[in-house]
Amino acid sequence: MPQIFHRSTNLIARVTIFGGALIVAALGFALYEIAMSPWYTEQNVTRQQPVPFSHRHHAGELGIDCRYCHTSVEKSSFAGLPPTQTCMTCHSQIWTNSSMLEPVRASFRDDTSIAWTRVNALPDFVYFDHSIHVAKGIGCTTCHGQVAEMPLTYRAGTLYMSWCLDCHREPAKNIRPRSEVFDPFYEPPSRSNPILVDGKEYTDQMAMGRQLVKDYKVKNLQNLEDCATCHR
Amino acid sequence: MDSEGSQKIAAVAEPDALLAPGHTFESVTDKISAIVLSRPVTPGWVFGALIGFGLLMLLNLVVTLLMIKGVGIWGIRIPAAWGFAIVNFVWWIGIGHAGTLISAILLLLHQKWRTSINRFAEAMTIFAVMCAGMFPLLHMGRPWLFFYLMPYPNPMWMWPQFRSPLVWDVFAVSTYFTVSLLFWFVGLIPDLATLRDRAKNRAAKIIYGMLSMGWRGSAVHWSRYEMASLLLAGLATPLVLSVHTVVSFDFTIGIIPGWHTTIFPPYFVAGAIYSGFAMVLTLAIPIRKYYHLEDLVTMRHLDLMAKVMLATGLIVAYGYATEAFMSWYSADQYERYMLWNRIHGPYHILYFMLITCNIILPQSLWSKRVRQSIPLLFIVSLIVNMGMWLERFVIVVISLSRDFIPSSWAMYYPTKWDWATFLGTFGLFFFLFFLFIRFLPMISIVEVRSLVHETAEEKAHS
Repeated sequence: MPQIFHRSTNLIARVTIFGGALIVAALGFALYEIAMSPWYTEQNVTRQQPVPFSHRHHAGELGIDCRYCHTSVEKSSFAGLPPTQTCMTCHSQIWTNSSMLEPVRASFRDDTSIAWTRVNALPDFVYFDHSIHVAKGIGCTTCHGQVAEMPLTYRAGTLYMSWCLDCHREPAKNIRPRSEVFDPFYEPPSRSNPILVDGKEYTDQMAMGRQLVKDYKVKNLQNLEDCATCHR
Repeated sequence: MDSEGSQKIAAVAEPDALLAPGHTFESVTDKISAIVLSRPVTPGWVFGALIGFGLLMLLNLVVTLLMIKGVGIWGIRIPAAWGFAIVNFVWWIGIGHAGTLISAILLLLHQKWRTSINRFAEAMTIFAVMCAGMFPLLHMGRPWLFFYLMPYPNPMWMWPQFRSPLVWDVFAVSTYFTVSLLFWFVGLIPDLATLRDRAKNRAAKIIYGMLSMGWRGSAVHWSRYEMASLLLAGLATPLVLSVHTVVSFDFTIGIIPGWHTTIFPPYFVAGAIYSGFAMVLTLAIPIRKYYHLEDLVTMRHLDLMAKVMLATGLIVAYGYATEAFMSWYSADQYERYMLWNRIHGPYHILYFMLITCNIILPQSLWSKRVRQSIPLLFIVSLIVNMGMWLERFVIVVISLSRDFIPSSWAMYYPTKWDWATFLGTFGLFFFLFFLFIRFLPMISIVEVRSLVHETAEEKAHS
C-alpha cells in the first residue's frame, strides 16, 4: 500500500500546531494594540474646527483663566462652551478685521451658534460631573492634558474606562491643592518645586496626595470604584 | 460485514455476556468499520438526518429572530426571568454527564462493560454540552458580547464578577467541553487509523489519515495512548461531580425559596447521571436494533445501565424528600409556601407528573423482566428524560413565579419560540449524532478488541 502522505507532512503538522498557537497570540496582541492606538481612540489627534481657536494663545500666552469661557465648570456637570458673546468681549475691539474670525462675527450678527467639533465626549451611559472633580482638587490638565500648549485642541486621554479607573483607584496620584486646579502650567511637587499646603512643604506627590485625599474628604475609596458611581 | 467469520458469531449474545461468543479481533473490526466504510447510505439514515437538519434550521431561524428582537420573544417575564432557557440548559448539560461517567469513572474502576457504549455516550456528551452551552449565551440577550464573560485584558479594566456562579458556569462548562472533546478524540485516534487503512476512497483516506495524526500502532504510540487516556480520565472524573455542582450553585446562590436545600449539589449530580443514562438508553436501543449491534451492545449492557438509572433515581427521590423535609423543617413561611405551591399551586400537575416520571414509574426497573424487555426499557428511558426535564422546570419556574411578595406573582407561559428553541437544539443534537454514526466508528474498535482478548482468556482459564 502506498503512503498517503509525503514525509514533509510531519513537519507541516508540527508547524501548524505551533503556528496556530502563535497566530492566536499574535491576533490577540494586534487587536489590543489597535484598540489602544490613536487611530482608534483619537488620543492626541487634533480636530478641525470652524475657527482655528488656539488654547495655547488664549490660555497659555495671554493667561486667560479657564473659567472665563468654561463658566459652569465649578457648578455643573458640564464645563460649558462659551457663547459667541464671550468671544466678542475682546474681539469686538481687537482683530476686528481678521478673516479668520469672520465665522465668529457672522455668528454674532445672525445670532446663530458656532458649530464647534466636540473633542472630549463620554458615552451617555457614563455619569460624569466636572464640578465634583474640580471641588476635590483634580486639575483641568490632569484629564485634558497641556491645553495651554495646544495650538489646536486634541483629546489627551483615551477616555477608556481603564483611564478613568486609573485615577479612581488611586486619586492621590493626581490630586492637587484646590488653589492650583486652574493653573494650566501646574507641576506636581518635587525637590526643585516644593509645594506648601497648610504650612507643610511637600516634595513628593504621593505624600501630598494622601494628605489631600484626607483633607478634601474624597469619598470612601471603595465607592469610587463602584459601578454605580459612574453608571447610574 | 458479511465476512466469513461472522457466520459463526451469534447474532444475539447471551443475557449476561458483554460480547457475543465467537467474535475475533477481525470480526469486531470488520463489523464496526463496515458501518462507516462500506454500508450504503440507507433511506432510514437519510430520513432521520433530514429531520435533524430541518429542526436545526428551525434553531437557525429562532436564533436569528432572537438576535433581531431580543429575549422578549420568549415567555420570560418578571418575576420568572429564568424560563425555558435555563431549564433546557440544565437538562442538556445533565444529559452529558452519563458519557463522562461511562468513559472516565468506569475506566478508572476497570468496568469492562463501558467498552462498547463509551464512544457514542461520549459523543452524546459533547453534542449535549453544545446544546446546553448555547442557552446561557442566548439568554444573555446580547449573545455577541459573550466574551465579556471571559477574563481577558481589556481597556475597561473589568474582570467578570468572580463571585457570581454564572461565571463559574462559564469555566465549568467550557472546561467540561474541552476535556470531553479531547478525551473523545484521543480515544478515536487508533480507530481513525483503522478506518484510514481500510478506506478505499482516496478522500476518506486523506481525511481519516489527517485525523489519526500519523498513528502507526507502535508500542510507543500505545504506551502514550494509554497514558493520555488515563490522564484525561483522571481530569474528567472530578468534572462529572463538579460541573453539575456548579450548575446547582446557580440556584443556591440566589435568594429564591426552594433553592436552598443543602443536598442540592449531590442531588443535581445524581439527577444528571440519571437523565444521562436514560438518554444513552434512548439512543442505544434504536441504534443497536437498526445497525444489528445486538452482539456488541448486549442485554447485559442495557441491564447494567438500567440498574445505574435505578440507583441514581433513588438518590434523586431522596433529594425530593429532603427538599420537602427542609421546607418544613426550616420553619420559614416562604419555604413552606413553596412546597405547598408545588403540590397545590397552578403548576401542581407538572409536580405530580415529575414524581410519577422520576420516582414511581422507574421503580419498575427492580423487575428483571422489565430490564430484559427492550420496549419497556425504551419507554422507561423516555419517561425519565421527560421527568428530569420537568424537575428543572419545577425548580426554576415554580419558585420564581411565586416568591416573596404576592403582588408581584405572575404565571410563566412558554411562547411558541420557547418551544421552537428547545426543538431546535434537538435538531442540532440529532443532526450531529446522525453525522457521527455515519462518519465515525460509533463503538470503540480498539476497546472491544481488548474485550475479545479478555473474554477468550477467561474462557481458557475456566
